[in-house]
Amino acid sequence: MTLLHVSGLSVRFRTEDNPVQALSDVSFALEEREILAIVGESGCGKSVTAMSILGLLPSTAAISGRIALEGRDLLTLPRKELRSIRGKELSMIFQEPMTSLNPVFTVGRQVGEVLRHHEGLSRRAARDRAIELLDLVGIPAPQRRVDEYPHQLSGGMRQRVMIAMAVSCDPKVLIADEPTTALDVTIQAGILDLMRDLRDKLGTAILLITHDLGVVADVAERVIVMYAGRKVEEATAEELFEHPQHPYTMGLLAAVPRLREQPNGERDRLAEIPGMVPSLSAPPSHCPFAPRCSRADELTLSELPELRDVRPGHAVACFHPGDERTYS
Amino acid sequence: MTAPVLQVDNLKKHFPVDSGLRSSKEIVHAVDGVSFSIAPGEVLGLVGESGSGKSTVGKCILRLLEPTAGTITLQGTDITRLPRRRVRPLRRKMHMVFQDPYSSLNPRMPIGRIVGEPLRMHNLVDGSQLERRVSELLEMVALRPELRHRYPHELSGGQRQRVAIARALSVQPPLLIADEPVSALDVSVQASILNLLKDLQAELGFSCLFVAHDLSTVEFLCDRVAVMYLGKIVEMAPRKELFVHPKHPYTQALLSAVPVPDAKAQRHRQRIVLTGDIPSPVAPPTGCSFHTRCPVVQERNRIEEPQLREISGQGHHLVACHLVGPNGEAPDITRETSHAQ
Repeated sequence: MTLLHVSGLSVRFRTEDNPVQALSDVSFALEEREILAIVGESGCGKSVTAMSILGLLPSTAAISGRIALEGRDLLTLPRKELRSIRGKELSMIFQEPMTSLNPVFTVGRQVGEVLRHHEGLSRRAARDRAIELLDLVGIPAPQRRVDEYPHQLSGGMRQRVMIAMAVSCDPKVLIADEPTTALDVTIQAGILDLMRDLRDKLGTAILLITHDLGVVADVAERVIVMYAGRKVEEATAEELFEHPQHPYTMGLLAAVPRLREQPNGERDRLAEIPGMVPSLSAPPSHCPFAPRCSRADELTLSELPELRDVRPGHAVACFHPGDERTYS
Repeated sequence: MTAPVLQVDNLKKHFPVDSGLRSSKEIVHAVDGVSFSIAPGEVLGLVGESGSGKSTVGKCILRLLEPTAGTITLQGTDITRLPRRRVRPLRRKMHMVFQDPYSSLNPRMPIGRIVGEPLRMHNLVDGSQLERRVSELLEMVALRPELRHRYPHELSGGQRQRVAIARALSVQPPLLIADEPVSALDVSVQASILNLLKDLQAELGFSCLFVAHDLSTVEFLCDRVAVMYLGKIVEMAPRKELFVHPKHPYTQALLSAVPVPDAKAQRHRQRIVLTGDIPSPVAPPTGCSFHTRCPVVQERNRIEEPQLREISGQGHHLVACHLVGPNGEAPDITRETSHAQ
């Protein structure tokens, strides 16, 4: 069943110079118990997508489209109702756990605050539940940790506290924006395991925003690739990594250095994507990737490709999709 | 054998910290006895997680930090205790590129001045030739020479990092110290900067200390790799040897934790998830500093500190672990962790 349905979402920021078209006509669905990843480079619109779902965009943003959480359109909901959904049915974790936690309150109080606000628990009951939650997210000695302050915890532990807070009201959807980017790899592995574990135990659907294709390969079941504010490709994770269709996705995959896969020659190189991301203040009316694409032709440079299914469950916005063989 | 460009012996850097209410001074053991050398034309990767001390090593070599103990020898000259005024001329012999190309370039200087500044400082080129040399340097890093009139804020992150590289290489230093030069960049930009560094190194033949947390970029660029944990080198070996036959349990865990961008492979791979965090460098553990997180820890590791020693017959493979046999038999930590689950 579809939990979260985003359709035709566009976001435009008013600035002093030119308006910036951060998102153009993005649609996707997040199913129950699913881990869906949105992947892309800086400026592709992945975080703006997360922020619009959470209703956290600044007032300079003009939003159009529809974001439906189990049928309710979050964009037209009164502020008060949105507040009762956010943190309860729809919760979030961000990249930098230190700045998302309040340094002057104990972690127990901060986890408990969510429970007191949304579930009306008493101070004592909230503390007890906070200890249970800290235990659930794998924090050792939760009875002691509950009375500690954020600065006493390591980065990985702080992110676990954020996750404890996020899942405290048993949310239907968890939005995780670069949850492991600030963490070391050995700590990242544990956090990714935890997210998968919580989905299995609590059934929370997860929308994972990341730039890291390795993280996507690790936890995501379905993947959306974004470029210059548009969705350019969508498929299941295994399908995407095995049969990428969009030249941008293929370029990204070829640009990542891979462990133990580098031939021994001294002169081997990584594949580069020539050129730069187009300016979002003057978005092109043709395929946004065309100026950087070796397959670009007259059609690509004059029209915008629609998303279409090229393989079962695999959609791509490209006039010339597929691997080199099928293309040439 | 040719003399090394850089020789670091038993380098230590300790930072005193005021512990607030208590009167006793605590000491952070950021770097605690690190030794290595870099041969002419060699790229040595120094890899580790946050708090391992890898950046501090780089800063001590550059004399941006004063080493607490040990010696640093650059092209045969002991530079460990050189007075300030004699440090500056050293910048002709070693130069640096930092992580953040946004804060390492002066926002008020045009690109041409930024790139030409080391040349002017060291009086290497006279005025009339400076402009031509700057254009050459910009072309060397694949930037249009017209960019020399622009300011840093007009450039993209990748372009800025190219400017920083051109500035560092302007004096043709025998040693380049690069501290996480690509970790602030997007994947596709990262690829082009890594290619550029690799090409320039092959062309100009400088030695390089490449400090990074990302193992795949280290594998791409480096000839030899040293792995740091809690202020010490725990393993050091030629690239291929280290990545194909890692011996130290920490290196094994680190390599297995890097997610590969391939869903099928990633899901069928056995991962070793370490428990716990890096211990505090204020009070490092006794014995082997990794023993608090080691999945195959034994009693001896808690008491006796392992020394970095060479494994026989493995081509300069050094490791600091009691559990690695004299001929390089490495402990199997995958089996131990799967039992635990």
